[in-house]
Amino acid sequence: MQSRMIERAKQLLADGTVNRVIGWKKGEFAYDITPAVFESAEEIDKDFVYDDFCGHNLSKYLIKESRKEGKLLAFLKPCDTYSFNQLIKEHRIIRENVYIIGIACDGKADAEKIKAKGISGITGISSDDDTFTVKTIYDDEKISKSEVLEERCTVCKSRKHAVYDELIGDEGEVNENSGRFDMVTKLENMTADERYTFWRNELSKCIRCNACRNVCPACSCENCVFDNPNSGIAQKSAATSFEENMFHIIRAFHVAGRCTDCGECSRVCPQNIPLHLLNRKFIKDINELYGEYQAGVEDEGRTPLTSYTKDDCEPSIVNERGCK
Amino acid sequence: MQRIGVFVCHCGTNIAGTVDVKAVAEALKNEQGVVFSTEYQYMCSEAGQSLIKNAIKEHNLTGVVVCSCSPRMHEATFRKTAQSAGLNPYMVEIANIREQCSWIHKDMEKATEKAIILGRAAIAKVHLNAPLIAGESPVVKRALVIGGGIAGIQTALDIADAGFEVDIVEKKPTIGGKMTQLDKTFPTLDCAACILTPKMVDCAQNEKIKIYSYSEVESVSGFVGNFSVKIKKKARFVDENKCTGCGLCTEKCPMKKVPNEFNLGMNNRSAIYIPFAQAVPKVATIDPDHCNMLKNGKCGLCAKICTAGAIDYKQQDEIVEEKYGAIVVATGYNPISLEKYDEFAYSQSKDVITSLEFERLTNAAGPTSGKLLRPSDGEHPHTIVFVQCVGSRCSADDSKGGKSYCSKICCMYTAKHAMLTREKYPDTDVYVFYIDVRTPGKSFDEFYRRAAEQYGVHYIKGMVGKVIPQADGKLLVQGSDLIANEQLKINADLVVLAAAIEPDKSARPLATMLTASMDTNDFFTEAHPKLRPVESPTAGIFLSGACQGPKDIPETVSQASAAAAKAIGLLCKDKLTCNPCVAHSDEMMCNGCSQCANVCPYGAISYEEKEFRMPNRTTAIRRVASVNPAVCQGCGACTVTCPSGAMDLKGFSNRQIMAEVDAICR
Repeated sequence: MQSRMIERAKQLLADGTVNRVIGWKKGEFAYDITPAVFESAEEIDKDFVYDDFCGHNLSKYLIKESRKEGKLLAFLKPCDTYSFNQLIKEHRIIRENVYIIGIACDGKADAEKIKAKGISGITGISSDDDTFTVKTIYDDEKISKSEVLEERCTVCKSRKHAVYDELIGDEGEVNENSGRFDMVTKLENMTADERYTFWRNELSKCIRCNACRNVCPACSCENCVFDNPNSGIAQKSAATSFEENMFHIIRAFHVAGRCTDCGECSRVCPQNIPLHLLNRKFIKDINELYGEYQAGVEDEGRTPLTSYTKDDCEPSIVNERGCK
Repeated sequence: MQRIGVFVCHCGTNIAGTVDVKAVAEALKNEQGVVFSTEYQYMCSEAGQSLIKNAIKEHNLTGVVVCSCSPRMHEATFRKTAQSAGLNPYMVEIANIREQCSWIHKDMEKATEKAIILGRAAIAKVHLNAPLIAGESPVVKRALVIGGGIAGIQTALDIADAGFEVDIVEKKPTIGGKMTQLDKTFPTLDCAACILTPKMVDCAQNEKIKIYSYSEVESVSGFVGNFSVKIKKKARFVDENKCTGCGLCTEKCPMKKVPNEFNLGMNNRSAIYIPFAQAVPKVATIDPDHCNMLKNGKCGLCAKICTAGAIDYKQQDEIVEEKYGAIVVATGYNPISLEKYDEFAYSQSKDVITSLEFERLTNAAGPTSGKLLRPSDGEHPHTIVFVQCVGSRCSADDSKGGKSYCSKICCMYTAKHAMLTREKYPDTDVYVFYIDVRTPGKSFDEFYRRAAEQYGVHYIKGMVGKVIPQADGKLLVQGSDLIANEQLKINADLVVLAAAIEPDKSARPLATMLTASMDTNDFFTEAHPKLRPVESPTAGIFLSGACQGPKDIPETVSQASAAAAKAIGLLCKDKLTCNPCVAHSDEMMCNGCSQCANVCPYGAISYEEKEFRMPNRTTAIRRVASVNPAVCQGCGACTVTCPSGAMDLKGFSNRQIMAEVDAICR
């Protein structure tokens, strides 16, 4: 896969179709991958990598990159293409300046889960159908995929790209029964007090590093309200411990209806807060109240929360559902 | 720092009875920025207003807080007061301590505390107020009347009379509405056609009036003074301008078995038809559901015999777009469906009819040429039972679709039916079952008493429980007489049901298009039941006739003229002062994501690509929103949708609202 991608990237650079390539490069450790823009074949040969640790969604970087001179090649996994489409819908990415190669994805490995299994000295990873082979400075370790997949990949919503210019690898299917709302249902079935305790436990871990916001493709504002001195909430020290938690609740409201459930927020959280559950609750509610809706399937048109029809539920639904 | 004056109103005892106004004025004196605070008995009175004006001058006030009634009531009054004292009118804030405080509380101590908090919130807001200048927008000097019944006709005639152009949109092929189907009208018993048809003709002949018959409103955009309306002219397959209304086609049309809606299906019409002799416009219409030519291309007889060459089988629906300054809704009413009222055997027996059907049976242009004959066998009925309140005054959770309100017109028209029957056919026994007889109105009670006392109509207080069709064709009516306290069984020939009336089905979607509010029964709501009874709360939308509530003809006509007067008052103006409390976008913050444009109900937001200076002497082109202040109505939908907070509302900025909340929570 990686060699095919490199080969094709070099071709497109050589024939002038694109002048840059956005992909991934290795960091200090094998699992310490970062997104990177490559401007030449030499740079690609030196640093370009694509393996089972390359979970990063590259779509958000295209907001800035697509506004630069010339066309850019972007490698997008299926779930990344939903974010891409949503950003096109919001006029954030200039489509003409991006050449998309859709790449097949069988689920990415969670380095934390691997390390938790006592595996150390990781130098690389490869995979076949349902096992990862983790190369270490000691021996290669074989682990069943289901044990160390990233949470979002265990409930993958789609292996089908929402948009691409060409494909590398086989195109998959949308998975209608991913079970991604199971945990939300479980939370819904808790009593209000239990749910409050659950979230207070989780959110109190937050160190306000802003990683979730900075990585989120839906959090793409020119100037975030949390950074805007006029909003009255910017850089504000928390008066109470609950106020700190409000950051995540406000953020979930801001991305509601636009979140594609790419799962980047939870992936980058250094405190392992399951932030995606807040977003999934919104998605589940939208599905139930306004009909099935997946953000990013389309690149134009209205979303359930920015359109009004006479059949829309009345606001009193909040009470009815709350009483459950 | 603002210099704020606080003015606490007693409103007689309305506020002072529950709120210690002196304590409120005293407490608010200590708020930041407050340099003057006082209370007065009636702040809206001449003397109260002078108090405010003097204080503004004397204390160099930059902001005013009036603790009084709802801003809907007197915000405009106090803004004018401030303006006349040289202060920008938008530096005035109202703290509603009447509707939202004194009227809903009993405990003086608690109400006073709440009034202080409300005042504090208004003071916090004034601190962030900025002077606003209102713009102006032009008024299109043309009105639209939706519905061409007697209400719409009267409104249109009055508006045209004042010299303004007015269009009527009527969904049926002719104007005239329900009144065309009536025979005589209470309480004077003059014939409906005799008084209505001249008005219909006036409409057709008036140069200022344009009638869009067989047409419907498709969409409405814009705002008061400047509505843009799309009207769908449904294909009638006859060229209106060529058709002379000779009626030859209707005679020759071989498809004659179409239920005639004008006679409520009690006789038939042809597939090409003119609804009735006095129709306006008097042109034929082809019913596409029954015309053989349109259905399967076989026939074409009407086109052959039409000497005017008016038939056009290829006619298509046409959309016309027009601009209007004012819109009057006159969509009228319909009797409710009685399908679920099995106890009255309406669906089982032809001789159980509605009052409107009875109206047709006694009308000279009706299916029996005005002879009162039973629909089943054409015999003259000798015993007639009228049942009142069928579907009116039901409990709110009625399963049959009954209405909780009184339909208002039934008592009077039933008295009319009973009286006229007794007069024409003295050999007929007439019974009226009623719950209450309600006849307020000029000469109304006299009319009813004449029916009961002079014409010998049997009025029975009680309800009919069951109507059972008998083998001999008679109808066994079982009812109770509550005064005599006995069960009655009457062998009737005809039973007439006074069906409740409900708003026309087209009203609900229309209300959505107009963003006009409705009550739970789908009647349009007025801006104020007493003070603004013919205006919708939506500016520029007026209400005429039964679309607002059950009404008889005299009341409908007077309301129609009132609505016309209000519309004329608007059309007279060359310009309207816009609301300066409109949205604006902070371009440095805007992402250009289009969410605000998606939610804007008025289409006030557009986008432009703008060049911005960026750090390090670079520039960037960014897509940013801009608001058209003449179109924006200040609803604030965009401000809550905007993820980055770039959209804000002048006069109701996010900061102002947060400051109010903070002040309340302090």
